[in-house]
Amino acid sequence: MRVVALDARALRLGLAPGLTLADARARVPELAAIDHDSYADRLWLERIADGCDRWTPMVSLDPPDGVTLDITGCVEGLLLAPPISARLEQRRATSGRVGREAIVSQDFSTADPDGVRSSARSERLWSGESALAADVEQRLTSAGLTIRFALADTPEAAQALARFQALPATDEAQAIRRLPIAALRLEEEPETALRRAGLKTIGDLADRPTAPLAARFGEGLVDALDLLLGRTDSRITPRRALPALLFERRFAEPVARTDDALAVLDDLAREAATVLEERHGGGRRFVGRLYRSDGAVREVAIETGLPTRDPAVPARLFRERIDALADPIDPGFGFDMIRLAVPAVEPLAATQLRLEGGRVAEEALAALIDRLSTRLGRNRVRRFVAQGTHIPEQQALGLPAVELTDPVPWPQPPAGEPPLRPLHLFDPPQRIEVTAEVPDGPPRRFRWRRIVHEVVRFEGPERIAGEWWRVAVNHLPDPPASVLRPKPGRDAMDCDEVEVADRVAVPAKGKPLLTRDYFRVEDVRGRRFWLFRHGLYERETDSPDWYVHGLFA
Amino acid sequence: MRPQDAPIHASLGVDSLDRALGGGIARGRLHELFAAEPADGPVAAAFAAMLVLRALPSSTPLLWLRQEDAEGGGRLSASGLAQIGLDPARLVLLVLRDPVMLLRAAADVVRCPAVGAAVIELWKQPRALDLTASRRLEMAAEESGVTALMLRVDGDPIPSAAHTRWQVSSAPSIALEADAPGHPAFDIALLRQRGRPDGGRWRLEWDRECSTFRETPIPGVVVPAAASGPEAPQLRA
Repeated sequence: MRVVALDARALRLGLAPGLTLADARARVPELAAIDHDSYADRLWLERIADGCDRWTPMVSLDPPDGVTLDITGCVEGLLLAPPISARLEQRRATSGRVGREAIVSQDFSTADPDGVRSSARSERLWSGESALAADVEQRLTSAGLTIRFALADTPEAAQALARFQALPATDEAQAIRRLPIAALRLEEEPETALRRAGLKTIGDLADRPTAPLAARFGEGLVDALDLLLGRTDSRITPRRALPALLFERRFAEPVARTDDALAVLDDLAREAATVLEERHGGGRRFVGRLYRSDGAVREVAIETGLPTRDPAVPARLFRERIDALADPIDPGFGFDMIRLAVPAVEPLAATQLRLEGGRVAEEALAALIDRLSTRLGRNRVRRFVAQGTHIPEQQALGLPAVELTDPVPWPQPPAGEPPLRPLHLFDPPQRIEVTAEVPDGPPRRFRWRRIVHEVVRFEGPERIAGEWWRVAVNHLPDPPASVLRPKPGRDAMDCDEVEVADRVAVPAKGKPLLTRDYFRVEDVRGRRFWLFRHGLYERETDSPDWYVHGLFA
Repeated sequence: MRPQDAPIHASLGVDSLDRALGGGIARGRLHELFAAEPADGPVAAAFAAMLVLRALPSSTPLLWLRQEDAEGGGRLSASGLAQIGLDPARLVLLVLRDPVMLLRAAADVVRCPAVGAAVIELWKQPRALDLTASRRLEMAAEESGVTALMLRVDGDPIPSAAHTRWQVSSAPSIALEADAPGHPAFDIALLRQRGRPDGGRWRLEWDRECSTFRETPIPGVVVPAAASGPEAPQLRA
């Protein structure tokens, strides 16, 4: 067992990551060791990155222990200034856990993208990057983390400085040149080769022509060097796509009640409505993020079927959503920042009420669907969409109604016929035991759910073949003896229905598809069933199974 | 004037049935449909869809509320509804976890005037369904004009505020040529009706093209000719 990470006190005692645990214990007998859990570390890092959202929407992870922030445009007076970047590293086990650390690094380098500009609406810009860095440091330290940070032109430089800078330097270029070659984060092999060649710092490499370096140590070295020295353009990939619109409120005194937080969200929704109106647009998704003063972040998202800019709609839906949450929002010591994001703006022209009120009714229904979807979950409110297939259980797809604002026209059934498709459909079909006069004839009698039904009327077969173009194998039947036969020694009725039926519904790749012969039958008591025989007798299978697939009215 | 002062009756296309109902099925009211046996669930569901087609022939939206476990006993099939004549594009299906959630959603749905009709499908005998719940639905339906159909499968009637109460069971269809099963056929019994005499049984067949019911004789049962009169014999199923 080896030591993965150490807290500050252990480092001061002279221990280092990579030691075996036995060696470390020999030096410091009272050492407390905790198993390394990389998954928990990752979750912790994600949580820290969530909290870092408060400074800039451009946050990316630098696993295992770093976070990089792009703070371009977040600092007053720096919008046009040469980019600077910052980085924080934190090195301490939280809650006594050895092996957890996080580096936060910040970076001012990339240009101000459109989305961030709207965040400049925020009421407060930091007066300088050092003020921002101090805020970051203070918040994360109070959350129990030890931080190292650095500001630099490029994300890579910021990351390297935060991790490897040992001595202060006069300027950024000088600091980078002093970094050890480990800052390039190369593979083991080229790093050893560099060391053997006597090249120990970035400065040793920076002045050399790149072609010989590439020839000797590989292209990877030159690429890493270019990134670190800012010779190539690089930028971080934010964890979240930047929203089209972002509105926020910060508070000197945290908001301690959920109701007050909701009222703030309403205010932000009104601000959003003004901007949306200017843009002749509407939002279909609204995301509220509540930043707790201790760093925890809670997200509440709602969506609507039609684009809207009426501030009352998100206000009502946020309340529905919060009422329906399984674990209620815990304000703790209060929220000190609240944000409302509109991820995408869709065109929405100003409308006029129609005299007959058609549009109003449509919107009222859409509002009802939004409300139900928000409260119950979007998958519980569905609309049907016809699919271009003749496999009965795949003909209709139930999609969330919030996604389908315009109902899709449905194909008309043939005139003059009684219903040819059942009202209730079993998916998967249910296995039955059938008596037929001849193996490929119509059913005479069948047993389903332990009740025997005598068939008095039938119509069929309606033959529905498998979609041979969906499987890789030749569609010509090649009877598979074992595909759908009940297991030997077991009664056909006890046979694991679901297992067999699953194969019916979704043919596995490579298995030939069996043709189904459907019969509409009516029993003595006037109940109408839709049965099918799975497989053509003697051509596809020797003992075809029977299923009931649906019930007619 | 509030809409509930005089319910609008929509004719069902069968004279004796319309007479018994005082003109047809009342819009903007709560109606209860019971499946006689659990196996009559599909027929009862179809009867609900047909009542919606009669009561609201235009393309007003229909919301169908089901429980998750009812989906296990056969999913509501969009092509099956289309075969009855109901355009699935009108339909919004709500699949809910339990009866409490279902009744709460039903109250919201029935309160919304943009909804044409709502089918509230409840299986078994949920404790959440009581006189208060049905009264709430009935009042909301009167207020908003939504025609609410409470579909009960595998459950017994309990006191309720519904306008009418029906029992539906399957019936042998009239065979087509070559002895093929015919159009949907079922027996209905009017178990209860508010403000009017109840009783009466009909065997109906559904004609999709004309979107209407047709009466067919029940073998062995004399249909009361004047089922609407107070002296009419009252048959209970």
